[in-house]
Amino acid sequence: MKILTLLSFFTAYTLTASVNIEDSAGQFFSSGHTNNWAVLVCTSRFWFNYRHVANTLSVYRSVKRLGIPDSHIVLMLADDMACNHRNPKPATVFSHKNMELNVYGDDVEVDYRGYEVTVENFLRVLTGRLPPSTPRSKRLLSDDRSNILIYLTGHGGNGFLKFQDSEEISNVELADAFEQMWQKRRYNELLFIIDTCQGASMYERFYSPNLMALASSQVGEDSLSHQPDLAIGVHLMDRYTFYLLEFLEDIHPASKTNMNDLFKVCPKSQCVSTPGHRTDLFLRDPGSVLITDFFGSVRKIEITMETINLTDPIKQMEENSGNDVQTENNTYVDQLPVSEIIHQKPKQRDWHPPDGFILGLWTLILLVFFKTYGVKHLKHVF
Amino acid sequence: MGAPWRTPERRRGKLAALSIAAMVILVGVPLWWKTTQTYRAWLPVAQINELAKLQLQLSADVEVVFARGTATPEQQKKVPVTQTQDEDHAVDEADLSLHRLSESPCGSLVIYVIPESSSLLPENVNVYIGQRRTALLRIGAQMKVGKTLKQLLAHLEPRVKQILQVMSFSHNDITAALSDRVRFSPDNKESIADSMRAFKSSPGYEITFSLLNPDPKSHRLHWDIEGAVQTYIQPLLTKLSPVANFSLDSQILYYAMLGVNPRYDSSRSAYILNADSLAHVINPVEARLGSNAASSNPVLNFLLYVPDAHHSPLYIHDHKKREVQTNAFHSPRWGGIMVYNVNGFYQTGTNFPVDVNINMAKVMGVFLAQLRLLLGVQSTAPPSSFQVAPCGSSGLADWELDRLMWSRSVENVATATTTITSLAQLLDQIGNIVINDNIAQQVSSAVTSLQLAVAELEVGNLGFALQYSKEAILASEKAFFDPSLLHLLYFPDDQKFAIYIPLFLPMCVPILLSLLKIVSEVRQRRREKQAKKD
Repeated sequence: MKILTLLSFFTAYTLTASVNIEDSAGQFFSSGHTNNWAVLVCTSRFWFNYRHVANTLSVYRSVKRLGIPDSHIVLMLADDMACNHRNPKPATVFSHKNMELNVYGDDVEVDYRGYEVTVENFLRVLTGRLPPSTPRSKRLLSDDRSNILIYLTGHGGNGFLKFQDSEEISNVELADAFEQMWQKRRYNELLFIIDTCQGASMYERFYSPNLMALASSQVGEDSLSHQPDLAIGVHLMDRYTFYLLEFLEDIHPASKTNMNDLFKVCPKSQCVSTPGHRTDLFLRDPGSVLITDFFGSVRKIEITMETINLTDPIKQMEENSGNDVQTENNTYVDQLPVSEIIHQKPKQRDWHPPDGFILGLWTLILLVFFKTYGVKHLKHVF
Repeated sequence: MGAPWRTPERRRGKLAALSIAAMVILVGVPLWWKTTQTYRAWLPVAQINELAKLQLQLSADVEVVFARGTATPEQQKKVPVTQTQDEDHAVDEADLSLHRLSESPCGSLVIYVIPESSSLLPENVNVYIGQRRTALLRIGAQMKVGKTLKQLLAHLEPRVKQILQVMSFSHNDITAALSDRVRFSPDNKESIADSMRAFKSSPGYEITFSLLNPDPKSHRLHWDIEGAVQTYIQPLLTKLSPVANFSLDSQILYYAMLGVNPRYDSSRSAYILNADSLAHVINPVEARLGSNAASSNPVLNFLLYVPDAHHSPLYIHDHKKREVQTNAFHSPRWGGIMVYNVNGFYQTGTNFPVDVNINMAKVMGVFLAQLRLLLGVQSTAPPSSFQVAPCGSSGLADWELDRLMWSRSVENVATATTTITSLAQLLDQIGNIVINDNIAQQVSSAVTSLQLAVAELEVGNLGFALQYSKEAILASEKAFFDPSLLHLLYFPDDQKFAIYIPLFLPMCVPILLSLLKIVSEVRQRRREKQAKKD
């Protein structure tokens, strides 16, 4: 009986305490983040991978609509579909058939384009090990209170993701990169979404805390594309991202939808593959995580209660700028090594042995000659 | 006829095979091992592990001075330099003159104990914290006469401790500064908000002042930002220069609207912005604010919004629907926004556009308060019997600067230690990363600076401790984020086999086979010899 009363008192106390906390400190404790970042990567090139670029651009549009500014988005597109020679409608990338929605538009800010999208650059962006000359827009300047959304799409396999048709990133490397981000406290929480074949294999090896992962298909399954457009001639979107976008269309900056709804996006009947998710490394309960915690950028606000009483009048700036400051003659560094170009001496090229093709060709010619005319004609050659 | 293996060719063949095998094993294998080794410079791993334990000892010099009438001369503990405090000064004048008595270096405090009957402090105030590093403590009534030194000190100790917690550092502050390493499980929710609000320690910050004019057709705004910054903001930044570098710029944005529509309140005949809708104000504007592309320092944005003529006056209401005095709000780790109404400066019906001169003192007062909050200067409210002097013209009291320096030093030391230890761990785990000499040198200098910083913190030299901790953090960040440390070389073992087998197998098979042949011939010879003997 005593325990019961004690228990009831305890619960009453905690309830009142939590209510007071809610009143006084507002929205601070629903999540621990103060800013949002997004890293959106499309890893495939060539015209027939149009749908991967459309995937990434659609997610980019949604994320921008929900509030994350361009300065906080790192967009990596491996190929330029809008200005591709085979695009019947140049400067557009469509995500719905019948060309309903142009996701390219005129305010797309691509940070890494074309051949700059490599595994090395991707890992450098994540871990922050960029050369000092990298501009701010190409860096992921997150801190320990940033929530980061990472979206990857392309062709993948069991344990790897293919970049640019020539290299691949393995799930071990990705897990190690996230661990390095955690060591340096470069994120508060991280949501990882991958839309490739066998995507679930990419999040198998994660071991850092506060990671939540979603994939479009399990190991052994392929992610399928949604619908082709007959005028453009290629598939426009992948199924998982298509239904993900449909889900995101209903989200607005003030909505309270949580992650459990996101896990239900694209069931097997619509997607043909089985989407998977992983939440065991995430500290909070997914039901309490809002979609806008990752996809949008809802700022925490505090009212400024104090002000400082400033009574000094503004000092007039003395006109001493002419006398004291030495006007230095600034010059530009040589942008092109013009003197080298103009006064260029012909370079001493190192002698290389003839190329294999030429060598083979000559061998063939000689062989044919001696076969036809006999070896005794060698003396004419030497 | 000799046995087949006795012929000279066979012997030559055997010698050739043996010498080739010898070359491969003695010269080839070590050469291959050496040339495929990654260059790893030496790192002071033992010292790093020692630092990882991070035993910090902070000591602050406190001087307690007894005014006349509080203690008998034998009871004086420290340097006996006192002056008579009998006159009826105002409290702040006394504070100033006391400061001139003993110029205390940064990190230390002087507490003057004044008698119960002194009229310097008002009735209900027991402690007065001055602008510089002094405090006045009123002694309790029971300590009038006849008490021993021990009792006097025992009475004073908790009071002095309380003052120290307000003016220097408290347990909560240090734990918050160590939030990188210590999983911050606070009992005080206010301190979570505090830790989330202030920017993390960084070698530099950029401050941008923006004037948003959505209605240039109606208002022609003039603001003397250069003069205002020079007069009001620059003194604070100069005072904070040991902590970080600051770079300032300003801009004016035209036709920049807020993202939310304010509600019209007819009772006050003004437009109202609720606290709930404030969260959505920042994002549409942020896309239009620029930032310096060359630096990666955190940016503090201060926006001054002048509402358009159709939506004037615009007031902000807090969560309880009360009007906010300052008409401003701020967002943690981002900056602040203030709404400045100009409809009072002109009558309706005047010819637009109207010239408006913005009162920079009022605006900068609010921005300065927000700047203090965002930099982590503000602390939790002091206990009730304390009276704190308003900060001077520079906007920052000396002891507030000390507080900031304490927490920054601890934070820097903790962050640098974490960086160095995780770098050492990473380099240990992944054998394929090349460690260049410059990285090793950065790591060594970081370790040295850390050791010096910890030593200075122990002694209490706050200025030097902060300087060393800044050097440590710079060196450790440089080492950790060096572009050459990319662990791209992840080769699973089966891939390693796939690379080496086509190179080495064709070469090794003939050698092995010939060696085996030699061995089998030797064995056969021995058997024949055995057979011959028998």
